Amino acid sequence: MSDIHANSVAFVRKTEIPPAPPPYAATGPVKWLRENLFATPANSLLTIAALYVIWLILSGALPWIANGIWTTSSLTECRQALDGVAGACFSVLTERWNQLLFGFQYPSEFYWRPTLALVLLFVAAAPVLFFDLPRKLLVFTAVYPFIAFWLIWGGTILTPILALAGVIAGALVYQRLVTGSFAYGFFGGIIAAFIVWTVGGWIIPAGASDSAMLTAVPSRDLGGFMLNMMLGVTCVTLSVPIGIALALGRQSSMPLIKMICVVFIEFIRGVPLITLLFVASVMLAYFFPPESTLDLFLRVVIMITMFSSAYIAEVIRGGLAALPKGQYEAADSLGLDYPQAMRLIILPQALKISIPGIVNIAVGLFKDTTLVSVIGMFDIVGMIRGPILASTEWNGVYWELLGFASVLFFIVCYGISQYSQWLERRLATDHR
Amino acid sequence: MTTLTDPPQGSFRLSMLINDTRYRSLTFQAIALLLLIVSIAYLANNLFANLAAAGLNIAYDFLGTPAGYDINQTLVEYNSRSTHARAALVGILNTLLVAFLSCVMATVFGVLAGVLRLSNNWLVAKLMSFYVEIFRNIPVLIWIIIIFTIMTAVMPAPRAFRGDEPEASMLLGLVAFTNRGIYIPAPVWGPGSLVVVATFIVSIVGVIGYRRYATNLLYSTGKLLPTGWPSLAILFVPTILMFYIMGRPIGLDIPELGGFNFRGGIQVGAPLIALWFALSIYTGAFIAENVRAGIQAVSKGQTEAASALGLRPGRVMKLVVLPQALRVIIPPLISQYLNITKNSSLAIAVGYADITATLGGITLNQTGRAIECVLLLMLFYLTISLLISAVMNVYNNAVKLKER
Repeated sequence: MSDIHANSVAFVRKTEIPPAPPPYAATGPVKWLRENLFATPANSLLTIAALYVIWLILSGALPWIANGIWTTSSLTECRQALDGVAGACFSVLTERWNQLLFGFQYPSEFYWRPTLALVLLFVAAAPVLFFDLPRKLLVFTAVYPFIAFWLIWGGTILTPILALAGVIAGALVYQRLVTGSFAYGFFGGIIAAFIVWTVGGWIIPAGASDSAMLTAVPSRDLGGFMLNMMLGVTCVTLSVPIGIALALGRQSSMPLIKMICVVFIEFIRGVPLITLLFVASVMLAYFFPPESTLDLFLRVVIMITMFSSAYIAEVIRGGLAALPKGQYEAADSLGLDYPQAMRLIILPQALKISIPGIVNIAVGLFKDTTLVSVIGMFDIVGMIRGPILASTEWNGVYWELLGFASVLFFIVCYGISQYSQWLERRLATDHR
Repeated sequence: MTTLTDPPQGSFRLSMLINDTRYRSLTFQAIALLLLIVSIAYLANNLFANLAAAGLNIAYDFLGTPAGYDINQTLVEYNSRSTHARAALVGILNTLLVAFLSCVMATVFGVLAGVLRLSNNWLVAKLMSFYVEIFRNIPVLIWIIIIFTIMTAVMPAPRAFRGDEPEASMLLGLVAFTNRGIYIPAPVWGPGSLVVVATFIVSIVGVIGYRRYATNLLYSTGKLLPTGWPSLAILFVPTILMFYIMGRPIGLDIPELGGFNFRGGIQVGAPLIALWFALSIYTGAFIAENVRAGIQAVSKGQTEAASALGLRPGRVMKLVVLPQALRVIIPPLISQYLNITKNSSLAIAVGYADITATLGGITLNQTGRAIECVLLLMLFYLTISLLISAVMNVYNNAVKLKER
């Protein structure tokens, strides 16, 4: 071709032009700005509006936080120290942090006990949350509830040891009998545990708590963020197994069992948590023998556990329904009986599917533990609205306290949801 | 190839109740029934023993006695001599009012935030995900208290509006934000206003009829009529004309400062505002996630196929993407509405007189009828949620993918 044109065209380039750099506006930060912030006129308007909103928030919040006073002992002193400048009185936090975190009745010399229990909680939760850790750590997880109980409530060490002994006896009997049939093992284990607990109840001397290593603290002295954490952790832990049982019951082919589970789940899901808390505070006592004194904490734990187990049951039912029918048939054709099929084939897959849903429920439940302030328990919201805002020193400090509570909840809830997303990616074994 | 699956038909032995799959389920159900009956009997026995010890009985005649307390925000006529049943009715209506208002507003917030979170604009998308994360991860009770505090502690007192150089002024001269609530203008219905309202209703029917006509014309002849502007015109022009023809019968009663407080207009109390706003902004964050998931669930091929058929972007959205996205969005949306209704029971924390605060709060404390009140309360919420679930099932069946 070039030969033909060699004579007819004045100039033919023989060498390749070196590549020119892209135009300034189509590269680097300018390109990014043009594409992401100012693509169209409407988009530019949106960007300016968003910048304005951000400026409004930051210009209000940043000076307020930066001018914060941390060292005064009452609101009046703080106002004097601020001298008319807009600023926060964070001194309410430095002065009352213990009440916000532990409630106003928990003895201050024992603050190390719930703190230690919290630290141990992380150790106990680690092998459950991260599978790469050595499996032996699960032993500590199994013992943790009894240690935590003893640390927080104190009293005689015999109580948690006895409870632990009951659980161990149950587990041993279960392992003995499960080779015959799951039902034998399961019920045998429960009966063994109950026998140990009842017999042990007679053994513990009456005044054991008075001379205990850790002084006993009654449940009504618990409060603050510690109460929210305790309710959240206890109720979620208890409600997962109950939720699994309810979900399986709802799928059962036995009409009576199915009916009981459906009625329970739909009833609980149909009423607000606050009415269940009313039941705990004013009604539940009527349903127990007159001489029994079930304390409010335990009643609230019962009701919240019922509440969350109904929701978790629905999430797990979704997971069970999402499994292909072939999985059930394959388990049957291998000759596994119902408990074996469930434990070995169905539940591991169904639970994996349900993890994001269960975590959502757990986060929602943890947030809902603030509702106990309505029935007169002093959790962190109850502490803020009750003793702290009512005190003469700090009457009128709203934002610092509510902001502190919000930050605590945000850290925990956001952390849990980030963990759940990590776990989802980790467990995604298909579609790589 | 038939194989014998049934075990040999021997005589019935007692051990077959546990070991034979044909009878085992009967055994289990019998045990469950027995446990159920025993536990119910145990609880009922305790209940009656406790009630007898306290000298109480289960009776609902307290509902007919005078309540003896005042409620500041009521939709129906009520005074302190009305009965407890009337107070409960006021509470029910207040619950429904705040639930309805919050559902509408939460949908607006949620759809806006969900769509903007998918925006090409980086800053706006980040801002919206910030909104969603902040509001989802902090308890709704704290949000209610925060907004209630804004309404009562930050808003100016009515006397701040007084004087020649007032510290606070009314928005557009119409709406006053005070620490006793928000005062908005109330409509005054003069003679002839009924005609204007009737015209407006007829216009709405007219718009629906016009759009239906346009669709029919499009399907039968392929001729495309404009719908946007004509609809707006049909909706507003006749009503505005009629408004002036009748001599402007509908006026506004603008709130005015008189004495220590505002007079005239409608007072929307701080508890209602706090509950309404907090519920809608909190649930809006959840709805935003549902909307985002719904739009992302429509596969990109659908949009591309619609564009390849020559549809304009607006029509792609309206005819192809939205119908498919709505199928994913609506069920969780309805369960969010259910959550709003249930969360509205938190009204008791800010003193809004909903059913939980009247029947489950003051009535319960005054009469001491804990069991009856809590049972009625549960019955109310249960009815509402069963109704909403029924609506959801009907909708799900209507939009279900029609498969062979």
